[in-house]
Amino acid sequence: MSIVDTRTPNPKYFIAGATGDWEMVIGMEVHAQVTSEAKLFSGSSTEFGRPPNSNVSFVDAAMPGMLPVINDECVRQAVRTGLGLKAKINKRSVFDRKNYFYPDLPQGYQISQYKDPIVGEGKVLLDLGEDGEVEIGIERLHLEQDAGKSIHDQHPNMSFVDLNRSGVALMEIVSKPDLRSSDEAKAYLSKLRTILRYLGTCDGNMEQGSMRADINVSVRRPGGEFGTRCEIKNVNSVRFAGQAIEYEARRQIDILEDGGVIDQETRLFDPKSGQTRSMRSKEEAHDYRYFPDPDLLPLEFDDAFIDELAAHLPELPDEKSARFIESYGISHYDASVLVADRDSADFFESVAKGRDGKLAANWVINELFGRLNKDGTAVTDSPVSADQLGGIVDLISKGEISGKIAKDLFEIVWSEGGDPAKLVEERGMKQVSDTGAIEKIVDEIIAGNPDQVEKVKDKPGLLGWFVGQVMKQTGGKANPQAVNEILKAKLGLE
Amino acid sequence: MSVDADTVRRIGHLARIRISDDEVAAYEGELNAILGFVEQLSEVDVSGVEPMTSVTPMVLRRRADGVTDGGYPEKVVANAPLSEDNFFMVPKVVE
Repeated sequence: MSIVDTRTPNPKYFIAGATGDWEMVIGMEVHAQVTSEAKLFSGSSTEFGRPPNSNVSFVDAAMPGMLPVINDECVRQAVRTGLGLKAKINKRSVFDRKNYFYPDLPQGYQISQYKDPIVGEGKVLLDLGEDGEVEIGIERLHLEQDAGKSIHDQHPNMSFVDLNRSGVALMEIVSKPDLRSSDEAKAYLSKLRTILRYLGTCDGNMEQGSMRADINVSVRRPGGEFGTRCEIKNVNSVRFAGQAIEYEARRQIDILEDGGVIDQETRLFDPKSGQTRSMRSKEEAHDYRYFPDPDLLPLEFDDAFIDELAAHLPELPDEKSARFIESYGISHYDASVLVADRDSADFFESVAKGRDGKLAANWVINELFGRLNKDGTAVTDSPVSADQLGGIVDLISKGEISGKIAKDLFEIVWSEGGDPAKLVEERGMKQVSDTGAIEKIVDEIIAGNPDQVEKVKDKPGLLGWFVGQVMKQTGGKANPQAVNEILKAKLGLE
Repeated sequence: MSVDADTVRRIGHLARIRISDDEVAAYEGELNAILGFVEQLSEVDVSGVEPMTSVTPMVLRRRADGVTDGGYPEKVVANAPLSEDNFFMVPKVVE
């Protein structure tokens, strides 16, 4: 395979070395657990956290004579994911055996796809803020079996093996080496996770291991020949991915600048030390002797199968973001924050529908998300419902409450609940827009503070002090715009 | 295509079969004989012939996504030389 460099070197991402600038080249293989009830080739459950070996059939345990039968839903999930990655769907794909020995692999081989994967080339768009949008190429996506799990800390000289995960369907999503910084790599992982969650094809839960990344890192002179890469295995958080890449690039640069060469090897990231270290090299570990699995025919489907899945695909983050900007007039940045999570996007849309989109976005992002983050609460468990927040936005739009009062109202709804319009009525929080009432208060303040009235003629900045006095008198309920106008008129400013 | 003594040792290692030094020559001869036999197939001109994946025209059957199996951990580990709490126990392997 010849690698095409699709990127223009960006000096912002160069790493300064003793002998000049360096550039990272990063590619990723992400293993995403397919959301399904049963495993890829057997009828046992995929449920997480079950007692040891209870989600295991004789197929998963590789008992003699057991034969694999593919799960239709896993095939559909892979195709849906391919469609979400704007990728080529291969109507004919082949399952191969990848041979190696390990205690958590009872078959002695993993059923995977090698030469003919179910999904071919696609792309993921990254929004890099001020650096604009970057397209990251997807090389392929294939279906394969997960392995079991070994536990090493239960016994001084034995390992314990649990096969519950053995045979669960994984999608291996391979990117092209198009990433050029740890920030891009993190953005790619986050975006991929968002897409998978929108599609409902993987829960994207990295802590539970539903999504893990193998990261290939190399360094080179900016725009130059690709260097020798190292693969960092099984990184299970976006943050760790960033740390591992930064450490690994620096390590390689140091070796090269000392006149050394990079050994192509597999490394592990240790989150405690923030370093990567070489895995005990298993010589010939990469001689997998792939061959087509004689237990399985090629996987074939027609255009109608793909079209049916395409027809029921949900709106994806990029399209949703474009629609939010178009329909609600919100900023590109706000849209990207809102669509990063489907629940957040849905919440915003319930609030914004039929209302001022910008105001709604502002309240959802700054007030609600700010408060939810502080409490560590998910948007789906928000104490303030979309209807309630919409009610607050309505009151602001109609000029019935000021922005400041709205924040107090938000706090009340958050902790006590209730209908915002009723609360405003009951607790007398309504904004005073009645100019007569405001004028009366202004007159009193002017009469009571002749010194200040004298000073404000030279120092118009003192107007703020008068506004403050009026607000104090009205408990913050006076319409600020009305107060300003009345004050200016009465004080003879302008 | 032919194998030499080193390849025999390598294949043995990959398959986790112990091959002693005095067995290597015999395996080398046998494997080469088998390969030579299979090699005869390359005399047939198969250009333009689709690879055959099944002797009868069949497509891969797919199963509905439902839990129909599992739930018998004690049977799964019944034949294990060593087990505890329904875990398999194996000599320690740590990366």
